[in-house]
Amino acid sequence: MSNFFSSSIGRKVTMSLSAIFLMTFLILHVTVNFTSVFSEDLYNSLSHFMGTNLLVQFILQPILIFGVVFHFVMGFILESKNRSSRGVNYAQYEGKNNSSWMSRNMVYSGLVILAFLAIHFIDFWLPELNTKYIQGDMSGMHDGAFRYYDELSHKFQPLWRVIGYCVSFILLSLHLFHGFSSSLQSLGIAASRKKLLKTIGQVYAIIIPLGFIIVAIYHYAIH
Amino acid sequence: MNLTLKIWRQKSRKDKGGFVEYKVSEISGHMSFLEMMDVLNEELIAKNEEPVVFDHDCREGICGSCSMFINGEAHGPDRGVTTCQLHMRKFKDGDKITIEPFRAKAFPVIKDLMVDRSSFDRIQQAGGYISVNTSGRPTDANSILIPKEDADLAMDAATCIGCGACVATCKNSSAMLFVGAKVSQYALLPQGKVEEKERVRNMVAQMDLEGFGACTNTGACEVECPKGISLDNIARMNRGFIGSWLLGE
Repeated sequence: MSNFFSSSIGRKVTMSLSAIFLMTFLILHVTVNFTSVFSEDLYNSLSHFMGTNLLVQFILQPILIFGVVFHFVMGFILESKNRSSRGVNYAQYEGKNNSSWMSRNMVYSGLVILAFLAIHFIDFWLPELNTKYIQGDMSGMHDGAFRYYDELSHKFQPLWRVIGYCVSFILLSLHLFHGFSSSLQSLGIAASRKKLLKTIGQVYAIIIPLGFIIVAIYHYAIH
Repeated sequence: MNLTLKIWRQKSRKDKGGFVEYKVSEISGHMSFLEMMDVLNEELIAKNEEPVVFDHDCREGICGSCSMFINGEAHGPDRGVTTCQLHMRKFKDGDKITIEPFRAKAFPVIKDLMVDRSSFDRIQQAGGYISVNTSGRPTDANSILIPKEDADLAMDAATCIGCGACVATCKNSSAMLFVGAKVSQYALLPQGKVEEKERVRNMVAQMDLEGFGACTNTGACEVECPKGISLDNIARMNRGFIGSWLLGE
């Protein structure tokens, strides 16, 4: 099996599987975030469940982190190998005449998403780890009430943060526009279903980032 | 029309190479691109200069020999044609045309615009065939019934002329459209199905060995392919390759 994973198609397959895993996670993430728009209590309850459930914390979360790291590392390995396959670059290369900007620049949209994730981890994940596992406070409470909604709302007060957040999710949308259908193509999904899957991918690439953006703008606007 | 040609000149595989500009005049729009190159070469020979070396053979879009990267696109700005079928009417009087060889590590330049595409031959040799025992009692091919749809798809894949435009165009220098077509043309037919698993494994292994990049599904190869080979062939190859590992020999 080692030959499979070291082959060009094998690497593409692992890249696709990690992408599909991350796209599934995004559905869950945006759903939880979006509850904050219409129910503070529901958002607090879901956040507390996700933040304290042992299965989520000690099995799903490490798998997720592995998936994120794997997707980025494999992405850069493939990009590096692909770039070296050219040898001498063209003096004139008109990629815009035969392919989309998104498809040619996955590494750049990926880099923006990586930068966003670093900030996101510093903003939310690391403080959460500190509160729960270093300070040992698993209650999820602050001043007698659940803290999750207030923390989320507080993060979206500065305008620069909201703008940065929206730009990152626009880049995610562009990444998904190509990534969704590309991951299925790499897995060899039958051509007969290609048109339908492409439409589903385009809807997904708009709906998911839009959901995150609405949450950010909503919390900025109501305060 | 009068044109300025910016052409890549390289004396040998080891030479660094560089661009040289030439002027050509009174070029007819009815000429093919290669005929325009012939005019230039005749002028160069008359001046006792070295003519520009480029690949060509049939000059009717069948052999897959011609291989120029013209104004940033494999086989130039037209669609569904090879360089030999590209007419000069696609250009305007006074245009400056940049002409480069197909660029890929697996396609090293031999001289000027001529590149070594023997890596494609080696991929074919790794499995792009069916083994037929010549027992003296052959079965009539027509006795094996093949659905029309499968026959058509196999024929579509088999129209690949192996010119290498897919590799030249792909930002990753990937040969997966070529290999996908060659895998598909056999995998779709009962005679080819017998060796399907080892064929796809061996051809992909050779493709990787030659140093081609991996497909990122930009679709550029499908657009620039003079024979319109579909990306579906790459999906079929991927499916076959994954299946060969999951299901074993």
